[in-house]
Amino acid sequence: MMILGSGLLALIAVSAFVIVRTDDVTNQIIALSFYGLLFALMFFIFQAPDVALSQVTVGAIALPLMVMLAITRMKHREELNKRKQDKSR
Amino acid sequence: MTPKIRLLVFLIGAIGLGAVYCAGARNMPAWAEYRGPYGDVIASLAVFERHATDTVNAITYDYRGFDTLGEEFILFSAVTGVMLLLRPEKGEQKKRNEENNQNPQSFQDAAALSETVQVFTTALFGFSVLFGVYIATHGQLTPGGGFQGGVIIAAAPMLLYIAENTDAFRRIVSHPIVEFFEGFGASLYALIGFIALVAGAPFLTNVLPLGQTGDVFSSGTIGLISTCVGVEVAAAFILVTYEYLREILSRERDQER
Repeated sequence: MMILGSGLLALIAVSAFVIVRTDDVTNQIIALSFYGLLFALMFFIFQAPDVALSQVTVGAIALPLMVMLAITRMKHREELNKRKQDKSR
Repeated sequence: MTPKIRLLVFLIGAIGLGAVYCAGARNMPAWAEYRGPYGDVIASLAVFERHATDTVNAITYDYRGFDTLGEEFILFSAVTGVMLLLRPEKGEQKKRNEENNQNPQSFQDAAALSETVQVFTTALFGFSVLFGVYIATHGQLTPGGGFQGGVIIAAAPMLLYIAENTDAFRRIVSHPIVEFFEGFGASLYALIGFIALVAGAPFLTNVLPLGQTGDVFSSGTIGLISTCVGVEVAAAFILVTYEYLREILSRERDQER
């Protein structure tokens, strides 16, 4: 159990580093989702199944989706502003 | 600042942090060791006192139920804040109403997504709603509870969005009843607290009959509060996703024309 736990913690540290070093935002979000799943597994191994349940949905689905939506929204705004500028010219 | 000095500053900071971290880690408890009496005391008392087999929820919804009420209203006010910030402007509101009055069009693009993904995500919709309801209503018996169940229910419409069934997704998340349920869940939690006041006990005391341990309808207010929190959390998360998605959804509709 101890080896499994410490291995998982090490894996989480590595994947956090990988997320930070990923350049493309879309890839980063997918990596973030994987990171959330690892976290849920960690909570389960450290005997917090209820926290693991919420971490699965929040960390692996809700948080990446929110980030993705926010980025799409920003891109959408940029497009709109561009169109407005083109029209005014 | 030259790169050399920057590296020096970083090294000093890193060595300092490392030293403090090592000093702190030296006194860490051993693997799976628990210090402090409260966890053991509550774990041995919760089933006897509250007839709840999930000790964690016996704590969150009963022993410290007042704190959880505060947490619930943190979520409530956070969602209200998001809705206020992202509210449509006056012209936008009018345009949106016009859009909603028009016949809903289908935006399914079968070529973009494999049928397998579409079928499975749509099939998962019913399953995740059922699983969320189960987790929320069995908070007093199994790990989980209102927050977890609510989030799982809220993830179900997101599955529809992934399956590119945008139309159904919008009809669910833009329904006015979602707003009603958010307030309803939050206020019902507070109202359950008043039951105790009527019975002459302090606010949020578990005065309802405790029932048979292991039954769905047992442990008094714990199961009820868990279900209320589930309703509130599900509605809150759906509202936030809708607020974020509204603009994008209307753009998808524009492109379709």
